[in-house]
Amino acid sequence: MRHEHLVTAKQLSRADVEAVLDRAAEIAANPAAVRERHSDALLGLLFFEPSTRTKMSFETAIKRLGGDVVDMGSVDSSSVKKGESLADTVRVIEGYADALVLRHPRQGSAQMASEFVDVPLVNAGDGAGHHPTQTLLDLYTMREAADGLDDLTVGIMGDLKYGRTVHSLANVLTNFDVRQHFVSPESLKLPRSVRYDLHEAGAKVREHTDLETILPELDVLYVTRIQRERFPDENEYRAIAGEYQIDEETLEQADDDLVVMHPLPRVDEIAPEIDETDHARYFEQAHNGVPVRMALLDMLLENARGDAE
Amino acid sequence: MSEHELRVSKIRNGTVIDHVPGGQALNVLAILGIDGSGGEEVSVGMNVPSDRLGRKDIVKVEGRELSQDEVDVLSLIAPDATINIVDEYEVVDKRRLDPPEFVEGILSCPNRNCITTDDEPVDSKFEVLDDEVRCVYCETIIREDLADHIDT
Ligand SMILES: [Zn+2]
Repeated sequence: MRHEHLVTAKQLSRADVEAVLDRAAEIAANPAAVRERHSDALLGLLFFEPSTRTKMSFETAIKRLGGDVVDMGSVDSSSVKKGESLADTVRVIEGYADALVLRHPRQGSAQMASEFVDVPLVNAGDGAGHHPTQTLLDLYTMREAADGLDDLTVGIMGDLKYGRTVHSLANVLTNFDVRQHFVSPESLKLPRSVRYDLHEAGAKVREHTDLETILPELDVLYVTRIQRERFPDENEYRAIAGEYQIDEETLEQADDDLVVMHPLPRVDEIAPEIDETDHARYFEQAHNGVPVRMALLDMLLENARGDAE
Repeated sequence: MSEHELRVSKIRNGTVIDHVPGGQALNVLAILGIDGSGGEEVSVGMNVPSDRLGRKDIVKVEGRELSQDEVDVLSLIAPDATINIVDEYEVVDKRRLDPPEFVEGILSCPNRNCITTDDEPVDSKFEVLDDEVRCVYCETIIREDLADHIDT
C-alpha cells in the first residue's frame, strides 16, 4: 500500500485491501513479533465527537506496536471550543505526533485535514461520509468467516442513507466478485453519490425493502442501526425499525452458514438470542479492529519513514 | 450572421455567448453576476431558433470579458456554448467551451454538514461529471439548478 493518508475506503484497491488484511492476519497470528516495532511512534488522537470504542481501538493498536498516544481530549476542554479551525488544529498537532487519527462530525473533514498535514492521517469517521478502518475490519471479518471475499452474496440492511460504514463497505466490495443486496426502508435508501460510485464500478447491486425474499441467497448479512433521530415521529420510527430487526425466527429461512455482522453499537436490530448462534460475528468483528488497525498504522508509519529518508 | 440573430442587437466591444440551451440565459447572467444594477449593457435573446440546438439563448454583454472561473461554470450549464469576443463590431476570437475536470471556489456546497461550509481556510471544489458535479469533500452530487449554487 502506497498511500500517505487513509481518507476514504474508495481509495483502496483490491491489492491495498489484501495487503492490509494479510498483514493483519500475520499480526494476529504472532503479535509478539511487532511488540516493539514502533516504539518511538506517537499517534495523535483528534476526536471531535465522542467514540470511546473506535478511540480505544486505535489506542490499543498503537500501544501493541510499542507506541503511545497524544490525545486532544474532549472537545469541551480544547481550543476547538474557542473557535480554532480544524485546519489549524491538525497543523499544530502534526508537530507532536507521527500520525493522526481524526473523528469529526463534518463530511469531508478528513479529506480537508489531509491537505494540511504531512504526517499520515487516518479518517476515523467524518459525519455521514466515510469510516475506512471500520470497512477494513469488516472485510477482515468477512474474509475469515466466509473464507475469502470472492463469489459472495452480501446483504446490507438498515440505514443505508446516513450509514457511513455502509457507504465505505459498498464501495470497497466492488473490488471483489460480490453481489450486493441493499435492504432498507424507502426513506433510508442509498444516497445518490454512493449509487453513482457503484454504477461507475459496474457493481452487481439490487435494492429491496424487505429481507425475506433474498435472505436465503445470502452468505453475509450486514446489519446497521436505524437511528431514532432520523425520524420526526416516534411512531413512524417504531413501525419502520421493527421491520428491520432480526431474531431466530427471521433466520429460519437463512443458510446455515450465514454470517451476521454489525458495526456496533446495536440497539435492538439483532435479538440477543442470535449472539449464541454460529451466525453471530459482530463481537469478533469489533475485536478484529485491533489487528487491522495495527496493520494499517504499521504500513502508514513505514511509508512515512521511507519518505523521510 | 442569420436573420434571427440580428434580432439581438450588435455590440461594439464585449462578449457574445451563443448556443446557450434554451431557457438558460438568465442563469448565464447569474453566473456573470449581472443583474442590471451594475449598469452593464446587456442584450438577451431567448428561445431563438437554432439549427444546432432547435431553440437556443444568446447573451451579449457590452464591454466585458469573461474570467476563466466564469467560463468554467458556464461550461457546466451550457456545454455547447460558443464565446465570441467582439472588437469594433467584429468577432476577433471564437471559442468553444471545454468543461474543466474540477471547479474550485465557484460553487458552494448545498450540504450543510460539509466541511467547506464551515469557517475553514479551504475553497469548495467540485469534480465535473457528465451532466452533474460532485463535491470533492462530502461527495454530494448537484445536477439541477447549478446556477443556484454559484458563490457570489
Ligand atoms: Zn460538500
